Amino acid sequence: MSDVHQPLVKVDGLEKYFWENDSLLDRLLGEDPIAVRAVDGVSFDIREGETLGLVGESGCGKSTTGETLLRLQEPTGGAVEFEGNNVYDLEGKDLTAFRREAQVVFQDPFSSLDPRMTIGRIVQQPLDVHEVGSKAERRERVRDLLERVGLAAEHADRYPHEFSGGQRQRIGIARALALEPEFIVLDEPTSALDVSVQAQVLNLLDDLQADFGLTYLLISHDLSVIRHVCDRVAVMYLGEIVEIGPSEEIFGEPKHPYTKALLESVPRASTDERDRERETISGDVPSPRDPPSGCRFRTRCPEVIPPDDLEIDQSEYRAIMTLRQRVEQRAISLETVGDEDRRVDDDGEFVVENVDAFVADVKAQILETTLPPREDEAVTEALAPLAEENWDTAAERLEERYGSVCERANPDLGGGTHPAACHLVSAPGDSRSDG
Amino acid sequence: MTDILRIDGLKTRFFTDNGQVNAVEDLDVRIEDGEVFGIVGESGSGKSVMALSIIDLIEQPGRITDGEIWFRAPDIADELVETDAVDGDYVDLRAMSPEQRGLLRGSRFSMIFQDPMSSFNPSITVGEQIAEAVEAQRRARSNPRSLDAKSQHYGLTDYLLGGVLSSKRYVSEPSLDRAIELLELVGIPDPAERAEEYPHEYSGGMLQRAMIAQALAGEPDVLIADEPTTALDVTIQAQVLDLLAELQTETGMTILLITHNLGVVARMCDRVGVMYAGEIVERGTLGDVFDNPVHPYTQGLLGSIPDLQGVAERLQPIEGNVPSLLDHEMPDRCYFADRCPKAMEECLEHPPELAVNDRGQHATRCYLAETEYTAAKALPTDYFGATEAPAEADTAPEEPTATDGGDHQ
Repeated sequence: MSDVHQPLVKVDGLEKYFWENDSLLDRLLGEDPIAVRAVDGVSFDIREGETLGLVGESGCGKSTTGETLLRLQEPTGGAVEFEGNNVYDLEGKDLTAFRREAQVVFQDPFSSLDPRMTIGRIVQQPLDVHEVGSKAERRERVRDLLERVGLAAEHADRYPHEFSGGQRQRIGIARALALEPEFIVLDEPTSALDVSVQAQVLNLLDDLQADFGLTYLLISHDLSVIRHVCDRVAVMYLGEIVEIGPSEEIFGEPKHPYTKALLESVPRASTDERDRERETISGDVPSPRDPPSGCRFRTRCPEVIPPDDLEIDQSEYRAIMTLRQRVEQRAISLETVGDEDRRVDDDGEFVVENVDAFVADVKAQILETTLPPREDEAVTEALAPLAEENWDTAAERLEERYGSVCERANPDLGGGTHPAACHLVSAPGDSRSDG
Repeated sequence: MTDILRIDGLKTRFFTDNGQVNAVEDLDVRIEDGEVFGIVGESGSGKSVMALSIIDLIEQPGRITDGEIWFRAPDIADELVETDAVDGDYVDLRAMSPEQRGLLRGSRFSMIFQDPMSSFNPSITVGEQIAEAVEAQRRARSNPRSLDAKSQHYGLTDYLLGGVLSSKRYVSEPSLDRAIELLELVGIPDPAERAEEYPHEYSGGMLQRAMIAQALAGEPDVLIADEPTTALDVTIQAQVLDLLAELQTETGMTILLITHNLGVVARMCDRVGVMYAGEIVERGTLGDVFDNPVHPYTQGLLGSIPDLQGVAERLQPIEGNVPSLLDHEMPDRCYFADRCPKAMEECLEHPPELAVNDRGQHATRCYLAETEYTAAKALPTDYFGATEAPAEADTAPEEPTATDGGDHQ
């Protein structure tokens, strides 16, 4: 066993972009490819014998991270060291050796097993590929593995469709264990299973880790599973890690507003749940094709930081920031704001006769709170150009007064045992500028 | 509180090549007006089939073979007074003609499905699809007795002309406006613009909101929500649950919430029924079921969820798998007995529903409601034959009394 300070897996600035509009035809038409930044510079260590949890909402890049660090996909940038060697530099025999050491269990037990192979062959296949032992030894090993994961050795001649979801996931686990790996990526291993079966599989994974000294990377969207299984947890949002630390600290004292919101959102299975006050975050996850500038969570963050010289309630500031996003994205139907007949002249052109009434309508429709007089005046003035469909001026005026540090600079994750990428945690001085 | 829905002895079966599947088996439920009733269970427990049975959407090879579904609708009861389908203010949906029953769909009941992405037509704008639901209700209301009320004054010629002339289209201007109002009601930003977009331009959470808007088009008395948040992320799930709770308070409608997520039940429901193998095995108020569960299955379900707050203790799973529900494989005993840590001799006879206490709400299909479990009456551990998962069986405690289904309380 290596010493404690040397991590088994060291991920450094891993990037995986997918390119859209990148076909030959698109090039000929002169269209620029669009980068979908699935994983955008994540760094973390996985120590020997621990379980690291990777948690986040769908589309945040957690599965892509898992696949890329196993080199099932080639990265766009960054490096992954496994036992001191860069995984992406490996070739030939070394790569084969790495493939033996690092295995994966996939999410869907219904599509990850070949329906035309018996489960004995499925589990034996890695042994065949890597030419481990004699034929008889391989068969014996398959029987052992099936029994180890809680199936009967006689089941080896059956086909996957004869098994339930939980049993199939056990087969997937047996296959991953066949080559005696050190490291297993568990990609949502229980999300297709019912709760009672999920508990069986989680207990099995726990036992196997203790028996074989395995290291796990557990990818899941289910926070209670993560809490139950993991020693340390990394929280991902839009391709970036926003917080990483020991399980108790992440769940006990979350630092990043996103982690807090995530924890708040999970309904608890207890009778107190109905009366639990919770703050939910509004809005959807932005597209990774065009992520927000600065901190990526700022478009939904309830704690987005107002400029120093502005005295304003947090909820009012949040409402103004949401209004700003709508103006910047031009996502307000000006023609139908308020009383729609007034806005269109005989030629169907958009015309505003009474600017004050128009701006009041826009505010009434978009702003969720009423602002204090000073801010209300500033917002009213800034929105006036919308009457002439002049979005840019309105957006600029709003930015001038309400621009936040969160949109100018992307906070660094920082170091230590429990860092969080948030301007509220790190001093704004040591954040890199987003340019 | 009056009941809005009474289901008596409902049996829904599927006649497949492998045999008869008893998806819903002799189910009785009473749902009160204005409450949120939760049905919780694992996949294959029959909870979705029960919902589809209520709104009469069971498809071949399935059929409701027995039972009565009484729905409180005084106005319809007055009209049908001469028939067998009426009992006071209640009408029996199964005894009504299919046409009459069809008219109730949308205006009295409506349903939200699990997967918003596959529940919308990808080639029609979201606004138009919602407007269609509004239009259908509007046309039906204008002459409720007509059998083809939903397509009234809209024939084949209109349909064909509708492709060319916008004035001949099925969906009228007022319906489209109402659709935009509904989208605004469910919290879609910029509804006028979004109404003209296609489903693929919506995110999953937005589309689920749109589906709720569509379900509300006929101002239904009962909203059946079948796993409404299962396909959504937790932060979006929280938003959608808040929206449903808000709409319920505003409109006073009754919600039948079907889910496998015990947290969602705890958040939303007044009363709960736990389903297993097509039956409700335990029912009661939220407190009854969550704090004093009697049925070992309910206990097992609660014990097998990892706790978000608690320390990492070993989970207490329920051993084995959900039964197949095939008629010839369902023995006449408690359906849970083969997985039950407290299986007794009594359990070889199918248990009736027994009251747990005198208050009348809390009931369970388990003899433990009346008798104490003693090791003397226990069935031998391998009574039901060697089940799968021998490794798990090895680790199971020798004394069955030690497993009480977890320490969730």
